[in-house]
Amino acid sequence: MPDATGLELLAQELRETEPDAVLETTFFREKGRIAVAPASIPAVLQFLKGKGFTFLASVHGLDYYPDEPRLGVQYELLNMHDVDRLTVTLRVPVDAPEVPSVTPQWPTADHQEREIFDMFGVVFEGHPDLRRILMPEDYEGFPQRRDFPVGGEPILFTQQQAHGTDYTLGVDVPHEGSETPDA
Amino acid sequence: MSTPTSVSEYRKAEQAVDIDAPIGSQPLGYAGEQELLTLNLGPHHPATHGVLRLLTTLEGEVVRDIKPIIGYVHTGIEKTAEQKSYWKVIPVVERMDYLAYYFNSMAYCGAVETLLDLEVPKRAQYLRVIHLELNRIMSHMVWLGTSALDLGAMSLLFYCFRERDNILDLFEMSSGARMHTRYFQVGGVMEDIPRGFEEKCRAFIKRMPRATDDMRALLSHNEIFLHRMRNVTPLDAETLLGLGVSGPLLRAAGNPWDLRKAAPYSSYEDFEFNIPIGTKGDNWDRYAVRVAEIYESCKIIEQALDGLPEGAHIADDRKVVLPPRHELATSMEALIHHFKLVTEGLREPPGEAYYPIESPRGELGCFVRADGSSKPARVHMRDPSFVNLQATAPMVKDSYLADLIATLAMLDPILGGIDR
Repeated sequence: MPDATGLELLAQELRETEPDAVLETTFFREKGRIAVAPASIPAVLQFLKGKGFTFLASVHGLDYYPDEPRLGVQYELLNMHDVDRLTVTLRVPVDAPEVPSVTPQWPTADHQEREIFDMFGVVFEGHPDLRRILMPEDYEGFPQRRDFPVGGEPILFTQQQAHGTDYTLGVDVPHEGSETPDA
Repeated sequence: MSTPTSVSEYRKAEQAVDIDAPIGSQPLGYAGEQELLTLNLGPHHPATHGVLRLLTTLEGEVVRDIKPIIGYVHTGIEKTAEQKSYWKVIPVVERMDYLAYYFNSMAYCGAVETLLDLEVPKRAQYLRVIHLELNRIMSHMVWLGTSALDLGAMSLLFYCFRERDNILDLFEMSSGARMHTRYFQVGGVMEDIPRGFEEKCRAFIKRMPRATDDMRALLSHNEIFLHRMRNVTPLDAETLLGLGVSGPLLRAAGNPWDLRKAAPYSSYEDFEFNIPIGTKGDNWDRYAVRVAEIYESCKIIEQALDGLPEGAHIADDRKVVLPPRHELATSMEALIHHFKLVTEGLREPPGEAYYPIESPRGELGCFVRADGSSKPARVHMRDPSFVNLQATAPMVKDSYLADLIATLAMLDPILGGIDR
């Protein structure tokens, strides 16, 4: 793992090649992370690829609600030669959630960027096929956002269809007889 | 009868064909797009190992393009995990990759322990290794049995499931449950192994290599099997790395990357074992690597049983781990800690951690973000099946449809892990 000094050296080199890219470096639990400006992410990852971080292990989406800017994308890089790991993070606001896609350079990011788009609504510009991946195509909203409510969705079962009963019962309105009696 | 005055374009082209001329100079030839057939494979198809839908474009019997469509078993586990306190998340994440439940809970507990900066006792680490490796064999047994079934070798499934059942018996002994055991806890394991577990486990690892020999004897010289395996759908290590593929698929292509060796966790550095690798990266190598891993797992379990250290099976941090049962009757503080842990759960310092381990299918990483409360603010699993699935298209392009089934079986995707 790169130590705190190694992380600073790497960040300094990155600052020299990509001015305005590095926002912050943190070292937490034996692991370095570099926060970068969203627009610079393809260049940053390309630079780190040259430093041996050739394997993009994972891309996560996050929602920092209620902090601003809310949405976050994290890239877990792996240097297989030195067995180093490094996290590159970026934050974008909800009303302008555009991040340049890294799929053209890193084919592995394809599904993972689609998942983050699906779950958080982060738009990856330049992604070849940005569609929902886990949720249905016609789904509305971004379910992994922290302000997305947890709750049931009405499901029409054959029995209710046959009897013509209202199938939304039990979701917003409790079933008849299931209400708690007043004390 | 008169000859039709206007003939279709197609008929004109057909009449213009000269049978004696070489095929390349014909005006008709293959009509490109018109000859392609789009075929929906799945989502309900026994050979897709779950509810995976493959939109295949076929030219005759040759696969020209393939698009995996997923999400049919998406259950929102990551969202559910955000609603639960840290220790209640373990049974939920175990249900993601349902053949590697010990691995899921290991990755999650590892991430939580990293955030807490909690030391896991040596005995707990060894017990974890024993169960992880048993789980690896169990996962490979299901993979081998169902893959052989896809290729028409029906009898092997029963042999594989017999051995799998022996492993599930062991899981039942140590935790009381056969599947989704919730045995790994934050800080260690739920309970020490019971009396008799060791003998039973030793008996199992003694018979398992012999059983694997028998299974290999059934498959490895079978001509039908060999035709679907050898030199079928190879993919080089560089392409696989670009696609983020890890685990047995990458090792089959000759790259000996294994997190157990490269970045040991949970005391894997104490054990001697080899990493089987392939040379070509074809189906045969994928099969051979996984089968060879079974022998290595048996070796690791044996060493872990031999060297099992004495001591506690779970960490002794009362803010994180439930106090021992006998203390509840005598110690007021133990009772308070127990009450706080059960009602509210443990609290994490704010931070983010990513904890990768080597699952039977590759790098399984768990990302946890803590915001200081007793519930995680984000749990994300980097599931190897989800990432490895992207390699299907480059693998099977321009190969036969029947090879697609074999390749998909060798890819070993688990849809519970893909969709989460």
